[in-house]
Amino acid sequence: MSMRQFRIWRGDADGGELTDYQVEVNEGEVVLDVIHRLQATQAPDLACRWNCKAGKCGSCSVEINGKPRLACMTRMSTLPEDEPVVVTPLRTFPVLRDLVTDVSYNYQKAREMPAFQPPADLAPGEYRMQQVDVERSQEFRKCIECFLCQTVCHVIRDHEENKQAFSGPRLFIRAAELDMHPLDARTDRKEFASKQQGIGYCNITKCCTEVCPEHIKITDNAIIPMKERVVDRRYDPLVWLGRKILRRDQLEQQDNEAVHYVAAGRPAGVNWAQTVPAPQAPPVGADGKLPLSETSMYNAGGASPFGDDQSFPLEPDQLRYHHPQSKAE
Amino acid sequence: MTENIERHQYDVVVIGAGGAGLRAAIEARLAGKKTAVISKSLFGKAHTVMAEGGAAAAMGNVNPNDNWKVHFRDTMRGGKFLNNYRMAEIHAKEAPARIWELETYGALFDRTKDGKISQRNFGGHEYPRLAHVGDRTGLELIRTLQQKIVSLQQEDHAETGSYESRLRVFDETTITELLLDGDRIAGAFGYRRQTGEFVLFEAPAIVLATGGVGRSYKVTSNSWEYTGDGHALALRAGARLINMEFLQFHPTGMVWPPSVRGILVTESVRGDGGILTNTEGKRFMFDYVPAVFRKFYAETPEEADRWYTDPDNNRRPPELLPRDEVARAINAEVKAGRGTKAGGVYLDVSSRLSPEEIKRKLPSMYHQFKELADVDITKEPMEVGPTCHYIMGGIEVEADSTATIGKVQGLFAAGEVAGGMHGSNRLGGNSLSDLLVFGKRAGEYAAAYADQFPLGSGRRPKISEAAVAQAVDTALAPLNRDGGENPYALQQELQEVMNSLVGIIRRESELVEALKRLEELKARVAKVSATGGRAYNPAWHLALDLRNMVLVSECTAKAALTRQESRGGHTRDDYPDMDPQWRKVNLACSLSEDGSEIRLERVPVPPMPPELISLFDRAELEKYLTEEELSGLTPKESTR
Repeated sequence: MSMRQFRIWRGDADGGELTDYQVEVNEGEVVLDVIHRLQATQAPDLACRWNCKAGKCGSCSVEINGKPRLACMTRMSTLPEDEPVVVTPLRTFPVLRDLVTDVSYNYQKAREMPAFQPPADLAPGEYRMQQVDVERSQEFRKCIECFLCQTVCHVIRDHEENKQAFSGPRLFIRAAELDMHPLDARTDRKEFASKQQGIGYCNITKCCTEVCPEHIKITDNAIIPMKERVVDRRYDPLVWLGRKILRRDQLEQQDNEAVHYVAAGRPAGVNWAQTVPAPQAPPVGADGKLPLSETSMYNAGGASPFGDDQSFPLEPDQLRYHHPQSKAE
Repeated sequence: MTENIERHQYDVVVIGAGGAGLRAAIEARLAGKKTAVISKSLFGKAHTVMAEGGAAAAMGNVNPNDNWKVHFRDTMRGGKFLNNYRMAEIHAKEAPARIWELETYGALFDRTKDGKISQRNFGGHEYPRLAHVGDRTGLELIRTLQQKIVSLQQEDHAETGSYESRLRVFDETTITELLLDGDRIAGAFGYRRQTGEFVLFEAPAIVLATGGVGRSYKVTSNSWEYTGDGHALALRAGARLINMEFLQFHPTGMVWPPSVRGILVTESVRGDGGILTNTEGKRFMFDYVPAVFRKFYAETPEEADRWYTDPDNNRRPPELLPRDEVARAINAEVKAGRGTKAGGVYLDVSSRLSPEEIKRKLPSMYHQFKELADVDITKEPMEVGPTCHYIMGGIEVEADSTATIGKVQGLFAAGEVAGGMHGSNRLGGNSLSDLLVFGKRAGEYAAAYADQFPLGSGRRPKISEAAVAQAVDTALAPLNRDGGENPYALQQELQEVMNSLVGIIRRESELVEALKRLEELKARVAKVSATGGRAYNPAWHLALDLRNMVLVSECTAKAALTRQESRGGHTRDDYPDMDPQWRKVNLACSLSEDGSEIRLERVPVPPMPPELISLFDRAELEKYLTEEELSGLTPKESTR
């Protein structure tokens, strides 16, 4: 047993502050145990959600020392002993009281997601699927809806304005799950992810994968495949040609689902949807060295790391970052 | 100041948003009723997520010999013939359809080689019967039902422009009173946890699906929501509780580290090859096979080990005995001084399966132990012991309609809060199927009952304003009272009393002592006070829950004292044997008119009709029934 210092955010929608507590901690305890001890001894009205205390229900999501985590799955022994433990509510969602936030955003987005559509020609009991085929979707169905991926996602973490257009990683894996469901009768899951859920906003920083307590490979197994499929369809030459030769009103007819995200929500001039090229190995020869090609090149000097067909300055919509100075504009 | 109370009118109000509640709500909405679901926590967090092993349904996908009769037989056998036979029959017959239905909602169960739903072995089930998804079947179930509710809301949105026009989920809302008009249900009163504001539902039909009572025990696998709300609401409304003495202690909960005491280690660890050993290294379960089961269980480790690969020619390992037998065996080993320091025994899969197999078959077990206890179950054994897990007892209902028995009308109950289905002991996997089967029936019959009272007909039962005012006062009392006791301290005391005096092994002197202490606690709970405001104040919430916990705990203690035998989830040190005379009796609790006292009555267990009795061997029936009962029967001729 030892005494530890806890700094817990107390307050409500009108404001609040970090409050210090000295509290007893025993061997083998997790942060939620300590919060319960605080409630029982020093702060009976300290608000904190929890249910199963076994990492299965995803209720006790908070930020511990700034990192979104489940309080029931964070062992005290994993936190630095000489520093206070700082517990704050999820930053992306409005605070209701103390550690409890209003997570209704997530439920609202889930409601906008078209449900599983059962195959018309199969009666209950006639479904046949192979284990290998259901496993891909099963990975995403492990989700306990703790919303840690949602709170850590920088598209909405400090950008309230993006919430309308962006559903977040939790709903991207739901989209992927249904897309990969062997018997889902809908075929437009990717289009939906792109047009309605704003998957294009994601620029694959993998923060969501990192915080997932179920270790779902959100980015690699759901978001990237969904993005790739979206890209495949969008850049299909026939589709491209169709887009060139049809009038705008005809095109809109094709897209039977209205696009409801707001263009103004996107930072102007930055192409968030652009796929980042995979890193390439240096073009070494059989001897493991770069070829001596200077004499055969158009330009003197080494090849440009951006590719020799690139001319500078780049067009603004080709950029993948905000220049710090351009903020002032 | 008069309270500003949010009012809603519904046809059917479902209290509880676990498996049974959601399934009931789906059915009521499909029947065209305007339906509300009340959830104490967020939508989709209910305790159902904790169920690991699977949902039992005799689909016969893995072993074609399985059918509803075998399932029925196993269920009765597991419940020691105290079950309401009709519920067990309906359950066994309807479970497969309820599971298949889930697939049409989008559920993805693990598959067999030919693409059907895979089924696994589980304690007490003769054939592989549990539809499962790894070891997170409960999560799959709740998520599937949650998503089905959302899809119904989407249909309503397309039609009416509002997602909540016919089916609405009130999350983080607690019901504190049921309101009656004479003997008819008229509505429910409660508070929104987030704001502390009151809410009133006017509805002619109410389904209780609030789950169990485990939070009254110190070592429990149950979440905070399990405070016996539905049991207490039903009692106060005039319904009866039966079989309250029967609590299931899951044999294998974690006992180390202390912070995760009570978290379950699924039975499939044993189904997949895990063995129980004491500190002397002995595989002790072979010493604890009771006479009634001897025919079905292996006598040597060699035979038991052959069963995993050749179940047709070998008998099953004794680690797969029904839960109460395993819990009792572990308890006996620990009491004999062959347990670990933390009071458990060892459960080992590391020496039985390869690390890859363990990770594939038991992914969330592996994950849970690694993260919570830093124990690698592929390398070392787990330390396990009995944990309060499930209450077999509950609200007495009519088997077909789930309507409560007693004077109150318009009240229905399904899931753990209902009693009778599981008799004195529940088989693993029967709870998830129970939720679906009786959840659906509760929704269906509540909707049919509500048909008598169309909205605007003027026939709806009316809520009296005096009753509402009374409910407001009761709810606010802990906040208005100064200098009362701390609710957390009272809860700890209650848990201590129940754990040590009304726990897994009981005796008369301790039960008498428990009743005395409960009486004292009841008086102190009536004077509990909570500091702080109304918005999301856990101290206030607990202060209100305590009232229910004490009431329901008293029912358990009283019934446990009265039943002088040992059967299933009720073990008396001073009456260690099963008594066929007691098999004919259910103990029913009701509340006296003034609400001050719990009355206990003996009601007969409904006798099984001949066509069901004939499913059992005479030799088997002899272990349960009295001579007198046996003389009039024509059981199946012994074939084995």
